[in-house]
Amino acid sequence: MNNLIGHGALLVTLPFLLLGVIMVPVALRRGRPDLVAIAYGSVYANFLLVSIAALTMIVALVTHDFSVSYVAQVGSRATPLFYTIISLWGALEGSILFWAWVLSFYAMLVVSINRSRAGTLVPYAAMVLMLVSAFFAILLIGPADPFQLVFPVPADGPGPNPLLQNHILMGVHPPLLYLGYVGMSVPFAFAIGALLSGEAESNDWIRLTRNWTVLTWGFLSAAIIAGMWWSYEVLGWGGYWAWDPVENASFLPWLTATAFLHSAMVQERRSMLRLWNINLVVGTFVLTILGTFLTRSGIISSVHAFTTGTIGYYFLAFIGIVLLSSLVMVAGTSGRLKTSGHLDSAASRETVFLLNNLFLTSFMFTVLVGTLFPLVAEAVRGVKVSVGAPFFNRMALPMIVALLFLMGVGPALPWKSASRDELRAKLLPPIGGAALLVVIALVAGIRDVYGVLAFAFVGYSATSNVREFWIGARARHAAHGESWLVALVRLVTGNRRRYGGYIAHLGVFFVALGITASSTLRTETEATLRPGESISLAGRTMRLKVVWGREEKQRTVVGATMEMLDGGRVTRTLEPRMNYYPLSGQPVPTPDVHSGPFGDLYLNLMAVRPDGSNATIKAIYEPLVPWIWFGGGVIVFGAAIGAWPARRRTASVVDAALPVGAVQESAA
Amino acid sequence: MNWKRSLFAACFAIPLIALFMFGLKHDPKDIPSPLPGTVAPLFALAVFAPGQPPLDHPVGDTIRLAALRGHVLILNFWASWCLSCRDEHATLSALARGYVGKPVHFVGSLYQDRTSAATEWIAEMGGQSYPSVDDPKARTAIDYGLYGVPETFIVAPDGRIARKITGPVDAPTVTRIVDSLLAVVPPANGATR
Amino acid sequence: MTRLGTLALLAVALTCLTSGGARAMQSRDSVLEARTSAVASQLRCPVCQGLSIQDSPSELAQSMRSLVREQLAAGRTDLEVKSYFVSKYGEWILLAPKPTGFNVLAYALPILAVVIGGAVIALAVRRWTTTPTRSTSELP
Repeated sequence: MNNLIGHGALLVTLPFLLLGVIMVPVALRRGRPDLVAIAYGSVYANFLLVSIAALTMIVALVTHDFSVSYVAQVGSRATPLFYTIISLWGALEGSILFWAWVLSFYAMLVVSINRSRAGTLVPYAAMVLMLVSAFFAILLIGPADPFQLVFPVPADGPGPNPLLQNHILMGVHPPLLYLGYVGMSVPFAFAIGALLSGEAESNDWIRLTRNWTVLTWGFLSAAIIAGMWWSYEVLGWGGYWAWDPVENASFLPWLTATAFLHSAMVQERRSMLRLWNINLVVGTFVLTILGTFLTRSGIISSVHAFTTGTIGYYFLAFIGIVLLSSLVMVAGTSGRLKTSGHLDSAASRETVFLLNNLFLTSFMFTVLVGTLFPLVAEAVRGVKVSVGAPFFNRMALPMIVALLFLMGVGPALPWKSASRDELRAKLLPPIGGAALLVVIALVAGIRDVYGVLAFAFVGYSATSNVREFWIGARARHAAHGESWLVALVRLVTGNRRRYGGYIAHLGVFFVALGITASSTLRTETEATLRPGESISLAGRTMRLKVVWGREEKQRTVVGATMEMLDGGRVTRTLEPRMNYYPLSGQPVPTPDVHSGPFGDLYLNLMAVRPDGSNATIKAIYEPLVPWIWFGGGVIVFGAAIGAWPARRRTASVVDAALPVGAVQESAA
Repeated sequence: MNWKRSLFAACFAIPLIALFMFGLKHDPKDIPSPLPGTVAPLFALAVFAPGQPPLDHPVGDTIRLAALRGHVLILNFWASWCLSCRDEHATLSALARGYVGKPVHFVGSLYQDRTSAATEWIAEMGGQSYPSVDDPKARTAIDYGLYGVPETFIVAPDGRIARKITGPVDAPTVTRIVDSLLAVVPPANGATR
Repeated sequence: MTRLGTLALLAVALTCLTSGGARAMQSRDSVLEARTSAVASQLRCPVCQGLSIQDSPSELAQSMRSLVREQLAAGRTDLEVKSYFVSKYGEWILLAPKPTGFNVLAYALPILAVVIGGAVIALAVRRWTTTPTRSTSELP
């Protein structure tokens, strides 16, 4: 039954999508708004039908309907309900279905929010979204069909991949990732829509696109941080980022989207960089598809590369079509988009944004080269090589510190040009912040050059960004007599995009400090303990109380109870564990983490004697790691403020245009 | 539309697509070993599982590669926690019996496992015809560039690695390689086992 | 500005103090540990996904790490230890490809991107700042 409903819904949605795709150009050429309405109807129908398919899959999972191929592949009666539901995105077919679902939701949102907008941009954008949806519908009918009938029906299934059912973050990270990743289709649809509708020369589409990008960028940022957290909590090596292809895949579009969020401002303000911005938006989308291709086709070995059949070729064909058609379209119309640029001065925010884009796109290019190089080397030399953390760290660190510095310079510089006095007043005081953080870094024991530089530039840029809030709030406080808090809140709400951006910057600084401190000051120790024996690390003593094991419904758990001692008193117990899932030889490590404001104590159980007479414990002190998660929250908060729909649409644009001193007039 | 420019831009996409075409035809997990053809790393490891007569070695005896010059060696890395090792266990035991009296030796090398668990496993599987040695700290495994278990190395009489087999072995492949190696061994060398 | 100067001096003084102290405390063991972790973080764990044998908690990685330590203690250079592992596992085991021959490309391309991009931006900024001001470049 579930097979029929799910399959049927997906089969029916494809003709709807194709109908919608054809309707748009026909309607626009003949000037028939009623036909556009049919196309929009297809968007809604697609959302409805894919929702039916996805919900049917959830029902099939929950009711253990093993006649559905996907359920037979990832389901098991022993798996707890929560992990049963989230196994919707635990393997290839389900994740494609989930992708299609999120995409159909976004398409529906785009149409319902913007359908009253004049011009042909929105119909064309809807057409592009339906084309992309059609690709996923084809995948779901063909090579990634999750609703195949399994006969005879198995009594039980193997359950999801152990790594994916071991932590609650698996219910958070993938949906966020899809919301961010799939969401990048919307800016792409607007960009192609702008080219097709001839609106690319105007700047209005860029404003619309930028608002959408802030939203999906926020999701993607949250997803990346949640992914780091998951990796930290589950993989047991005490790290959060390994430059694995799957991590790189999520990071690549984030970098170009970040570049776009900045360069879009230059276009809005100065009507420059039109062609560049279109390229960034299209590039971001291509990178999301490329990332999916790399991690889903098994072309590059990676943490959760799903094994597959022919789906890689479908993706390749899709990438080829997207890449070729976008290149042809963008290059073909590039003549129209050329702008005679003008800058009043090199010492201006525009210049900083250009440099920001240089480093962000070079960073993206570096990660892309590193990710693809093993493939290139094999094709050219026939030799397998690896490209991992040492390569990426060496190549990317200079760009990262440069970006951290620019994050402080950009907000400090005015648009157009800055006088010498202005430069001095804005750029010199943050040096105090830099000096302070350098001292802190050196006292804490950081000797790595990039580590000290990162602290210095975070100090500089954090001061610079905080000063923007202070200067703005002071102006309001003086002009309107508002209390400082009210002044600050009104300052931010009066120009959400700008101050949301600065808040996101502050979040990045927390993340940067967390990463720098934890990668340069991490200490660790490993020991095999008998019950009653203890280890010490970073001024803390932990005693092994007992080694234990227990059978759970879907797994066997072996654990060690460690007591944290403070002057002979037990202040806290930690339980690092190893979870053994059936059909998986290797145990899944489940470290236990004790977080403090300045660092984590990370305990991982490495091995136990089956008789419980000893346990090998690895203890890692991870300075400032909690700051990364906190910073991630701040970034998302900043993005949320920036993406919140403004009450007066033009107000935010005008505000952003005014120099700092003029805020009071515009607010009056 | 400026088609000339379009065509020029499109050219950039082609190498990338060609690269992915290539990639789809290659398995990233298949990493060729540099070892076949080179001299097999020497080892001297203590027997923990004796094997069955007539191939048995006393427990505690040291098996040295250096002493096996002029003979063919099939060195199989395995572990009791390894699922595919179960698949090849019977094949290997039977193969070893088939070469009794020929200058061919089968040796199992335990990889990251406790000898007690391994001994139990052998009993559970109904015995192993040839001896197994313990490889503490996986030193020999690393010397042989091991990725996982099971992996099997066939060492030629001249001391070079003739072949590395990743995953469970199949009898015809092993027989073919061993027989071809035996064909070039001077018969005078092949008197003892 | 004097406040800044004091801070800078303080920073310099602290660096000298702490690094001097650290050097005195460094025993032979900690040098060996540091070298071990430096080499180990360059080598890829064969049974993991892209982790180094320094980071990986797997048993094989631990064994390989102790082998690195032993070889270094026996007087081998970092390079010799790495070549040992390359001779067993192939170039694949190096987490950063050797910057020779074709591999240079991987290192050169990103640097070229920054240099060429930087040059383009420098030229553009120079040209754009010298074009006469037009009133149309105001707000749209």
